[in-house]
Amino acid sequence: MTGYLLRRVGGAIVVLLGLSIIVYALFYLAPKDPAILTCGKGCTPDRLADVRAAMGLDASPPAQYWEFLRGLFLGRDFPAGPDVRHCPAPCLGYSFETDQPVTKLLADRLPVSASLAIGAEILSLAVGIGAGLLSGLRRFRILDRIVNGLILAGYAVPVFLVGLFLLLLFCVRLQWLPFPTYVPFTTDPAAWAENLILPWIALAVIQSAAYARLTRAGVQESLAEDHVRTARAYGIPEGRIVRTRALRGALVPLVTLTAIDLAAIMASAVLTETMFGLPGVGQLLVGAVNQIDLPVVVGVTLLTGFLVVVANAVADLLYAAVDPRVQLR
Amino acid sequence: MTLFRRLLDDRAFLAGAVIAGVMVLVALFAPLLTALAGQDPTTFHPELLDSARGGVPLHGITADHWLGVEPGTGRDLFARVVYGARVSLGVAVSALALQLLIGVGIGVAAGLGGRYTDAVLSRLTDLTLAFPLLVLAIALLAIVPQSWPRPALLAVVIALLGWGGTARIARGETLSLKTRDYVSAARVSGAGTLLVARREILPGLAAPVLTYAALILPSNMITEAGLSFLGVGVRPPTPSWGQMLSSATTWFRADPMYVFVPGALLFVTLLAFVLVANGVRRVVDPRQREVLR
Repeated sequence: MTGYLLRRVGGAIVVLLGLSIIVYALFYLAPKDPAILTCGKGCTPDRLADVRAAMGLDASPPAQYWEFLRGLFLGRDFPAGPDVRHCPAPCLGYSFETDQPVTKLLADRLPVSASLAIGAEILSLAVGIGAGLLSGLRRFRILDRIVNGLILAGYAVPVFLVGLFLLLLFCVRLQWLPFPTYVPFTTDPAAWAENLILPWIALAVIQSAAYARLTRAGVQESLAEDHVRTARAYGIPEGRIVRTRALRGALVPLVTLTAIDLAAIMASAVLTETMFGLPGVGQLLVGAVNQIDLPVVVGVTLLTGFLVVVANAVADLLYAAVDPRVQLR
Repeated sequence: MTLFRRLLDDRAFLAGAVIAGVMVLVALFAPLLTALAGQDPTTFHPELLDSARGGVPLHGITADHWLGVEPGTGRDLFARVVYGARVSLGVAVSALALQLLIGVGIGVAAGLGGRYTDAVLSRLTDLTLAFPLLVLAIALLAIVPQSWPRPALLAVVIALLGWGGTARIARGETLSLKTRDYVSAARVSGAGTLLVARREILPGLAAPVLTYAALILPSNMITEAGLSFLGVGVRPPTPSWGQMLSSATTWFRADPMYVFVPGALLFVTLLAFVLVANGVRRVVDPRQREVLR
């Protein structure tokens, strides 16, 4: 177990290092020099050198990367004119564009993306498990067909297409809902949910199909097992059989999928956020990438990479926890 | 032959295949179709726009403009979606070809190679599967000079980031194929690793890999559309369905038709390809029959 955890953490660190090296390398291959962009018009060579130093761009790329890694764990100092400003660990540097600490930018945006991902995941699970269960128990024939259709649609529709359709329908045609703007949960929970409901639905249309399919397959499989037949023969009520036996077997694979999907939604939230104009991490990335804002891009990539890697590890551990037959090696 | 028979009995597959086939033809014969309509995808028609209302088209569908014109520029919508099909499908198919090349190459090498090769290649595959691909693709596409041909670039980026699944399947199948008697027989008769890979392993890989490939094609289309939608993929004046949807978002209150045309085409085409993939999978892998009916 300890060995497994160590190997897992080691693997995660390799992935994150690889990710950050790739992003760093990409930016040094980029044709635009961020120092010249920041320095602006009428830039003298002296000033350009100062700007470079302030941005931490005056060293060689490997040295810069090394400084970045040190900053991440130990914090680092940036020259700012005559003074020095200290950026405490975990330091991701300062945005070239707005001069704010990247960690602050990320912390400001993260609640938006997290609200989006968590709400969408809960909605998808509720719809997916409900539909999968009903369709697995063959209660309603028509539901079977709807689930099948949804599964296909889930593969075939990009999230922004669903989003556009929902916006057209609910905000333009019916005018039931306002155009989404983000309201923090702590300010007004009702407005928070009202503004996020369309993005949640858009994501759930795509996500819930996979859960419905898994639940249905699981329920059908467990209902066909011997112990269920035995339980029926003993006269245990059907409702209890479904609750204690069929559902349990069906939900095991969902546990792992949920952890992975939460991270996947965060990582691909950029499309949903752009579509609905939500100021999340994804939108931060799109803006930063167009401005060659290296610290922000590295910060976002590392954060999403970190979430994905952690989610994968958590999924494996959960899987072992809910299914005793699984051995972690 | 019976496999083919069973495919033809599957109505959903047939419907998908027909629509997908039509779309491929549209993409191939785009210049011919636009010539028939007497339009091209890049000519501006400001005279067809209502400048008082910010450039919304004056007319809907007309005899000249089969699907109307784009708001703001007045470019012919029919010509743009037809050429857009070319870009959307072209990018997805070229990316798929590259993905298969890389994925099968790495997968077979990992499966046939020694312990060390296998470990390194498998870790590499895991690495690409663990990356947040969309995020990386955005970063990659945004810093490349604007003068590079975007569609080709998109295909390469999608392929470079998305070969992991194919490699995993190819490796798994190779591991199982290489224990078969006929492969051992070939080895014993002195065939080298390359010859075994080409003669004995590759033919056995065709069915599982192609079944999987049928499913990545629509997902490549979604990726292309998504990246173009975000503005880092195909850029105007080159049309692609994702790019058109991206420009349409600013107009969709004033001119819903502009959203509807590329959106519906994208949806129908994706659905068609998924139905085809689904049908193929059901025939090739009978265990799947229960899952996706």
